[in-house]
Amino acid sequence: MGTACKQIIADVLTETAPKDKDLVVLCSDSRGSGNMAPFYEKFPEQAIEVGIAEQDLVGISAGLASCGKHPYAISPASFLSTRSIEQIKVDVCYSKTNVKLIGISGGVSYGALGMSHHACQDIAMVSAIPNIRVYIPSDQYLTRFMMEELVKDNEAAYVRVSRNATEDVYTPETKFEFNKAVTVKEGTDVTIIAVGEFVSRAKKAAELLAEKGISCRVLDMYCVKPIDKEAVIKAAEETKHIVTVEEHSIIGGLGSMVSTITAENAPCKVKVLGLPDAELICGTQEEIFDHEGLTPEGIASAAESLL
Amino acid sequence: MDKKQLKAKANELRCDALEAIYRAQTGHIGGDFSVIDILTCLYNGVMNVSPEQVDDPDRDRFVLSKGHSVEAFYAVLADRGFFPMEEYINTFSQCGSKFIGHPNNELPGIEMNTGSLGHGLPVGVGMALAAKLDKRDYRVYVVIGDGELAEGSNWEAFQSAVHYGLDNLIAIVDRNGLQISGSTEDVMASGDVAAKLRVFGWDAIDVEDGNDMGQLLEAFEHCKERNGKPHAIIAHTVKGSGVSFIENKASWHHHVPNEEQYHAALKELKGQVE
Ligand SMILES: Cc1ncc(C[n+]2csc(CCOP(=O)(O)OP(=O)(O)O)c2C)c(N)n1
Ligand SMILES: [Mg+2]
Repeated sequence: MGTACKQIIADVLTETAPKDKDLVVLCSDSRGSGNMAPFYEKFPEQAIEVGIAEQDLVGISAGLASCGKHPYAISPASFLSTRSIEQIKVDVCYSKTNVKLIGISGGVSYGALGMSHHACQDIAMVSAIPNIRVYIPSDQYLTRFMMEELVKDNEAAYVRVSRNATEDVYTPETKFEFNKAVTVKEGTDVTIIAVGEFVSRAKKAAELLAEKGISCRVLDMYCVKPIDKEAVIKAAEETKHIVTVEEHSIIGGLGSMVSTITAENAPCKVKVLGLPDAELICGTQEEIFDHEGLTPEGIASAAESLL
Repeated sequence: MDKKQLKAKANELRCDALEAIYRAQTGHIGGDFSVIDILTCLYNGVMNVSPEQVDDPDRDRFVLSKGHSVEAFYAVLADRGFFPMEEYINTFSQCGSKFIGHPNNELPGIEMNTGSLGHGLPVGVGMALAAKLDKRDYRVYVVIGDGELAEGSNWEAFQSAVHYGLDNLIAIVDRNGLQISGSTEDVMASGDVAAKLRVFGWDAIDVEDGNDMGQLLEAFEHCKERNGKPHAIIAHTVKGSGVSFIENKASWHHHVPNEEQYHAALKELKGQVE
């Protein structure tokens, strides 16, 4: 079943390191969970360990970047984002340093480990800061495309991926455009805009809707910021109904951003699906999704109820 | 309880934690087994806590800053009657359980939620400060991992505890020398922790064998002194202590034993209980 996006990130960094001697990887006792241990063996001169100190991780990365290095800070999304948010705001965004923040095990990947380990506010927090882009790729092919773009540029980005393997949504032949939503499926009655883990589920929801004669468009908004505003407006105008679904609090994430765009440009019915503004139950990622009704069936029925 | 009885209890509780981990197929066995002697000692004679006093304003406070060692913590609390052991072992990490994979303060006897490292000591400073403000005699115990020491928040708290003269605060460092990626000294060296803390103004002592009940009891007794200085115990423990093939291996940080390893570990631990 698919491949973990974090492995693809490790692969791209491993391929790029010999070509870009300024590329440096930083971990905070997280090289194992980031699939980066082989990189540390292979490129000791381009691999830095900071210990369990995520604020330091981001500050050191910013310092390296200000001296011309191309740092990739890899750490669990929960600690990398919320723990280090001021370093992200001041040292990365405000000072405009080219730091790539790779948040692994995002959302509720860590399931039963509890709220301390969940990253369900990261997109809201990081996106609200200027001078940083935010990405949540859905599968291995899109992750590779996105990483190959990011290693070429000189601006900050926060990438959030899951811990587990994600089902393939695309094929090696799929053509992507950077910072443009991917149209996973065309449709005319309703649009589901999804990110990350939920793109494959949205695709299944669209199939369930098709069985009922409902034509559902599916957009993969992996570029949460800069969000593809045109694609949102087009979906609002052409399909009149939008469902958003994300592994994030329903406050301040994809749903909030899409709702702002539609409200200002093309008012239409929007249903925001995601994690509630409440403590989550103990369980695996899958169990939490099921409990919150974030299944293909649940997404399809939310879409249907808008019509 | 004398030191022999305490050790036997700790080994029984290792078996319970092991069972919970094996059933749930998740947990942090290495850190559980390095810290369980410290926890057993604290909860069976050192701290003024009991299931009857969970709301007593004069109870001692405890914070497990290295919250990933929750399997040991739940076992020690269950043994003291805070909640049923069966319920813990059977539902640990299961869907809908209160026994989540880090301390959950909706359970009786757990003061604070932890899991993100580097939070326990600042919280402990707050609790110790509250005792001073309210003129209460309780003590505050915080257990910190040695890899965890890299978090800067600890060092802010090491400073504030001295500033406020919190001699009712006892920080215990589980100095097992390992973290996830390997040896603490290779990952981010913390060196002579006691010496550093003395420079900060702490009353800091090393416990040579942090899995030895006699040495631990003595250290805790020493820390009862009210001399205007916060107390630190650097407990030199063995990660995975009690099961030979788990001991001192970074890879056992959160490795789950397979069936064969599970039975071998239980056998070894039971041999030590007798
Ligand atoms: C802020 C934060 N960063 C990272 C982690 C992930 N993590 C959990 S345990 C651990 C290693 C802890 O090592 P140490 O403090 O030495 O604990 P012990 O050896 O006693 O298990 C890490 C990095 C975390 N829980 N919190
Ligand atoms: Mg350790």
